[in-house]
Amino acid sequence: MSRHRLLAMFKDFDDAFDVVDKIKAKEVSGVEVDDINMMSPIEHPNVDEKLGKRPINIAYFTLAGAIFGVTFGFFFLSSAQASFLVQPQGGKPVVPLPTNFVLMYEMLIFFAVWTTVICFIFLSGLGQKRGTLYSEKLTVDEIGIVVEIDDSELDSVKNFFKNNKALEIREEKV
Amino acid sequence: MSQVIEDKVIDEKLEWSRINADVIASMQAPRKAYWVTVFVCLTMFLCAIAAEIYQYKMGLGSAGLNNPHMWDMYIATFVFWIGMSHAGTLLSAILHIIHAQWRKPIYRFAEAMTTFSLMTAGFFPMIHLGRVWNLYWVLPYVSDRGIWPNFRSPLVWDAFAISTYLSSSALFLFIGMIPDMAILRDHTTGWRKKLYGILCLGWRGDDRQWRNFRRTYMLLACFLIPLAISVHSIVSSDFAMSIMPGWHVTTFPPYFVAGALYSGCAAIMTLFVCLRYFFRMEEYMTLNIMEKTCKLTFAIAMVWTYLNLIEFSSTWYGHNIYDKEVLIAKATGPYAAVFWTMIFCGCVVPFTLCFQKLRRHMPSMFVVSILLNLGMYVERWMIVAPTLAQAHSPHQWDVLWGSVIQWAIVFGSFGWFGLLFLVFVKLFPCVSMYEVKELCFHLKHEIEEEEKAKKHATTKAAGKAEEGSGRTAPGTPGLEGA
Repeated sequence: MSRHRLLAMFKDFDDAFDVVDKIKAKEVSGVEVDDINMMSPIEHPNVDEKLGKRPINIAYFTLAGAIFGVTFGFFFLSSAQASFLVQPQGGKPVVPLPTNFVLMYEMLIFFAVWTTVICFIFLSGLGQKRGTLYSEKLTVDEIGIVVEIDDSELDSVKNFFKNNKALEIREEKV
Repeated sequence: MSQVIEDKVIDEKLEWSRINADVIASMQAPRKAYWVTVFVCLTMFLCAIAAEIYQYKMGLGSAGLNNPHMWDMYIATFVFWIGMSHAGTLLSAILHIIHAQWRKPIYRFAEAMTTFSLMTAGFFPMIHLGRVWNLYWVLPYVSDRGIWPNFRSPLVWDAFAISTYLSSSALFLFIGMIPDMAILRDHTTGWRKKLYGILCLGWRGDDRQWRNFRRTYMLLACFLIPLAISVHSIVSSDFAMSIMPGWHVTTFPPYFVAGALYSGCAAIMTLFVCLRYFFRMEEYMTLNIMEKTCKLTFAIAMVWTYLNLIEFSSTWYGHNIYDKEVLIAKATGPYAAVFWTMIFCGCVVPFTLCFQKLRRHMPSMFVVSILLNLGMYVERWMIVAPTLAQAHSPHQWDVLWGSVIQWAIVFGSFGWFGLLFLVFVKLFPCVSMYEVKELCFHLKHEIEEEEKAKKHATTKAAGKAEEGSGRTAPGTPGLEGA
């Protein structure tokens, strides 16, 4: 059975959240709240409350980047210093920890920041080819709800959106 | 009037479609003054190019640099531009973490300022080297003789810290602009549409993207704050780790950081006035926002003044004769006029920010911000020059005022920064559209809630009054009866 993706546009967050509440209350079949994707010009503070908590895993990658940065910094500096014994040490250690800490700190931040940004791009699905289901009004003031449904549910879900103040409905075949 | 309404920094009734239209229109048709400023900046920059070509051919002697003045204005200007870069971190990262809503319409250009002032600062160590082609010696790169740079030197730390700060602040600026790039992609045509289409990376504004965006932005802000502080502390180590009189000071790192925040805030005020006028942004860069920026600047100015007093008094009571002589020479010697200009512009002029009428008068604020910037520039010069003019050995004593070449390059750096900044604000929105929408959205809800609460309180009070009169009526005499 083929599947369809629907985008319903709403005037504001209140109308869109009403629809989410009704989907939660099972007023329409074939759509679960976990399948809903909400598109909006800004992030609503209550979106997690309405759609349910969804995981954000970026911080783990940031931590990994930070650990890699500080470790790499230490080994890079100490290996460079240890292989450069020609430099007069003046009684100081070949690998001086206090001064290396400064650079390790910088490397921690450098790698953590880059890892965070790269992971953000991947985890947000940026730069990937997406479907054509999109409206320019989403970057103005309208709110979109995207759901993926079976063909058999298409008409009932469309009617559900229409009866619940959807301004416009667009669809595409998955 | 309620506190929320009194403090509101923007008209919450602004329609979201209008916000998009206003910002996009402003980018496409700025006032004539914008083009005049671009021309002035370009001319200044060309002066610097000519001076640099001359210096490159003739050597550093043409700039007047020699022993003992091997640093002078180039390094003072380097410190100044690094300091300016702290504005973005303060206004964007710190105020973002503490949820200061008023930053939203103006943080974008502060972030851009950070990136461009770092790019400007980066030129000065190169220019000051003389042998520009040997710059790569600072990079962590092993030469064919097996020699690494000296990782114990604060000058190498500078290279690491500044490149980390530059890349991080550029990423911070870029990530914060992605939703706006999507708006521009959807509402522009031609080459702009193509450019923004690439830069927005396919942003569609779904809930997954927003969630990740928020977390990423917060994480970057958290990293940028310690990074900014470390950068300026490291720059201060260039001086403080030497044993030169006037430089070997424990309070230098916080003093540098406070000075950086101060000059950054002053620069934000200057650019605020300019952008507000150039791009007709009166409705977005409101007087209330300027007021808050002024108050923040005043607070930082007082911290900087305090740290100056600490530095002077610790030198005075420290009984290190060399340090004391440099301090006395600053106040009474050949650089005295510059020193007192610094004190006047840095410590006295900020008191004008205490007057509300002045804070809301843009031409006055422009003049005040220029004076503050002047004070902060000469502060950096007062760190570098007097110490070099009066080091430990009397045979090194020499006063230097900088040759025309130095002045031209320093002057031109302002043109370079201005040029970068003006091109940026023409290509990209200087006001964050999605953040302004968020601000309006929250403000509207806050006002609605406050009005509801007020209505509720009035109804409750009326109910109580009725109840009270109802209770006193049967049997008990009221006040009149008594």
